[in-house]
Amino acid sequence: MGEVTLNHYLYLSAILFFIGAFGVLFRQNLLVILMSVELMLNAVNLSFIAFARHSAGTMDGHVIAFFVMALAAAEAGIGLAILVMLFRNRTTVQAGDLTLMRD
Amino acid sequence: MAILFYLFAALAVLGGLLMVSLRNPLSGAFSLILSLVSLAGLFAMLQAEFVFILQVLVYAGAIMVLIIFTIMLLNLNKDELAEPPVGWMRLIFTALVCAVAAFGAIRVFGDITPVQMEPAPDFGSIEGVGRLMLSDFLYPFEVISLILLVAVVGVVLLAKKVI
Amino acid sequence: MEDIRPMSNLLWIIPVAPLAGAVLNGLLALIYSGREKGPNERLVSLIGCAAPLLSFAVVVRLFMAMRGMAAEARIFESTLFTWIAAGPVQIDFAYWVDALSMTMLLVVTGVGSLIHIYSTGYMHGDRGFARFFSYLNLFMFAMLTLVMAKNLPLLFVGWEGVGLCSYLLIGFWYKDIANAAAGKKAFIVNRVGDFAFLIGMFILFMVTMNLGNATLDVPELRAMAAVHHEAFAKVAVAACILLFIGACGKSAQIPLYVWLPDAMAGPTPVSALIHAATMVTAGVYMIARLNFVYEMAPAASAVVAVVGAATAIFAASIGFAQRDIKKVLAYSTVSQLGYMFLAVGVGAYAAGVFHLVTHAFFKACLFLGAGSVIHGLSGEQDMFRMGQLSKHMKTTWLTFLISAIAIAGIPPLAGFFSKDEILWSVFNAHVGPAWLPRVLWVVGLATAGMTAFYVFRAVFLTFHGKDNVSHEAKHHLHESPPAMTMPLIVLAAGAAVVGCLGVPAAIGGSNIFHHWLEPVFAGHAGGHGVGVGMGASHGAVTIAAAAESHGSAQLEIILMIVSVVVATAGILFARLLYVQMPGAAAAFTTRLGGFYTLVFNKYYIDELYERAIVRPGYAIADKLMFRLIDAGIIEGIVNGLGITARLFGASFRLLQSGVVRTYAFFMLMGFLYLVYELVR
Repeated sequence: MGEVTLNHYLYLSAILFFIGAFGVLFRQNLLVILMSVELMLNAVNLSFIAFARHSAGTMDGHVIAFFVMALAAAEAGIGLAILVMLFRNRTTVQAGDLTLMRD
Repeated sequence: MAILFYLFAALAVLGGLLMVSLRNPLSGAFSLILSLVSLAGLFAMLQAEFVFILQVLVYAGAIMVLIIFTIMLLNLNKDELAEPPVGWMRLIFTALVCAVAAFGAIRVFGDITPVQMEPAPDFGSIEGVGRLMLSDFLYPFEVISLILLVAVVGVVLLAKKVI
Repeated sequence: MEDIRPMSNLLWIIPVAPLAGAVLNGLLALIYSGREKGPNERLVSLIGCAAPLLSFAVVVRLFMAMRGMAAEARIFESTLFTWIAAGPVQIDFAYWVDALSMTMLLVVTGVGSLIHIYSTGYMHGDRGFARFFSYLNLFMFAMLTLVMAKNLPLLFVGWEGVGLCSYLLIGFWYKDIANAAAGKKAFIVNRVGDFAFLIGMFILFMVTMNLGNATLDVPELRAMAAVHHEAFAKVAVAACILLFIGACGKSAQIPLYVWLPDAMAGPTPVSALIHAATMVTAGVYMIARLNFVYEMAPAASAVVAVVGAATAIFAASIGFAQRDIKKVLAYSTVSQLGYMFLAVGVGAYAAGVFHLVTHAFFKACLFLGAGSVIHGLSGEQDMFRMGQLSKHMKTTWLTFLISAIAIAGIPPLAGFFSKDEILWSVFNAHVGPAWLPRVLWVVGLATAGMTAFYVFRAVFLTFHGKDNVSHEAKHHLHESPPAMTMPLIVLAAGAAVVGCLGVPAAIGGSNIFHHWLEPVFAGHAGGHGVGVGMGASHGAVTIAAAAESHGSAQLEIILMIVSVVVATAGILFARLLYVQMPGAAAAFTTRLGGFYTLVFNKYYIDELYERAIVRPGYAIADKLMFRLIDAGIIEGIVNGLGITARLFGASFRLLQSGVVRTYAFFMLMGFLYLVYELVR
């Protein structure tokens, strides 16, 4: 199996990121979209931590990951609030039904 | 060591794939939790103890619980979950672009020669993170707290029935 | 009178005074344009006549000074400002007055002033009084610029300016569309000539440029032509013919004369000033000015002479059948101009200019007299509705008669001397094949007879003969006011007396006029200005210095007698037809039948032009230029740009779908592309 190097972590991070991107672009359910965004953010976090470990011993990556998490929390909260409001007015969580900007 | 890595990696990818393909968002949420916990394991392997704890507590714990709350709240039944099929054209186009991205990734990652060194004994500790946050990253730290405050206020406002 | 510099400083007054008058009267006309009545006629007349009179005064002063100068040094020049400075070329707004220019200046300002005074009476009561004087002064400015120009471009400025004023004045009563059309015709036909003039000018410019000193200054051109004879001679024929075509347009020779008869639509003072005395002589002046180039191209000079002679006899023949008194005079002008071109064509430049001067006097007098008649008859212009006016309009009759005798060429009035000098020069000319001068002389002689005939036909029909005046016109019939009769008297006196300036040596005179102009027309650096006409240069026309010898003097006298006899015969024939046997004329015309109709309709030349040139031109302008090129191609391009912009917009609009996830998609794509670029 060999040594697990930085490159392994980075490849994994990329794969997870694109899976999340796929979810954002091709799923219609708003909740799934939101969760895909969370997945993307996590992939980036992994990337930062991996770099922090394999660089000159500074822990900047950890701090940044911390900030990302805090932001993800805030964003998830607000996104869900919006989603709930939307559901109250439209009784739908399908992205395809929200066509106000297009029409 | 390597086995652990591949195990955690496989679990994370599996969780991700399940999440984007399953129709029921609740199932997707659980798959995501699986993915997040695996990632926490990977953090631990990278000697980021503090972040590992944070990931489990905050991400898998708080955020995902919040999302599951909302899913339950919405109480969607089967027909409401139906989605139109994905357009083939967009899929292929995206796949092509991702291939390009892969090529880019290989180019970049292939060239990086990581610095192999033994980290300090307190690498990844809370104390280390705290020290950095209050010195180099003081300004972002304060801003983040502001953002959280704004987020809380915003959520409360948005969730009210009458504004 | 040694220091001429202060004198030269006065030069600018000559053209600028009329320009100021034009501007002032123009402003007055503009200010009053919305009101019912125009500005005060007294004021307008004052401004309008003071300007040319001031110019005349300055000209006379300069003339006096010039007479005191030595013959070769008789030049005033003054440079006002640099007009064009482009690379090697510098064209200044510069005046250059020599003996020839001075002669022209005297004629233009003198006769011009008289006609201005006449116009105060003729145009009295016309709503456009101020506008008329403004245009008339503007014309003076342009003509004076033309005459005084030192270089050809400035001459061309004056050339165009007189063309413009001619258009403005012919179509003065523009409310009648026929007048406007006549003005348009004059301008367009002129333009055709101007085009050729420009090309000729360019050719001369090219020659000087190739020689290293690019210039169009007439004195410089003359000097260069003397030195670089071959270079100039190569292009001389082309340049001369092109310049002559320009002169044809301006001076109404075949084939560009058609505008002059139509120009009679303008007020009579206009016909007198512009189409008799000044503008139409610009062509003759130009050729006289550029005599050194014409010398180098005997072929071109021959063409000039032939065209001049042909025009003379052609126009005279049309004058036989016209009913409108002004048209008779118009064709007469064309014919007399033909004489002038005949003269300069055979190298007798001084003779041509002399005829120009005498013609200015008697033709202007004839026109003004016709105007007086028309004025007195309240607008009647058909001679067959006049008659016996000698009893009612004595002054007009007398002055008209004197001028008629002058133009017929009866001694001792002016026309005889000038016409005879031309005929004598033609007889002795060496131009073209050997038989040509004799043929030209015969043509000239015949034309002289015809001139006498049709002029006196006009005289008899108008002032004698049967009284055909309509009843209404009889009521208002009166002699014209002093403002109109005074210039008539002055001009008639001039027509009678000016001949003294050119009495040839053969009958004891000293030909002052010819000697005055000698320095201008002397040949190349050598200056063999002996005898009547041009100096010597190889192949060019030379009037034999043998005019000095007695043998030729006898011949000259004989020829003079011949021409007098011919002229008298013409007069008597006219008297026969129109006074003594009134019915004979009518019988004559019916016998000639078709031929008469041909002549009466001016040989249908206008109709020919209409068919051959105007209609195809119109068709091209409409079908090709307008429909195809303008509306089709150019508008197509412009519209196409708009349509293209719209198409672009429409396609780009598709990107703004309103679906946010599509935007996210594009963002991802863009991001990936950036990554790709970064790692390349």
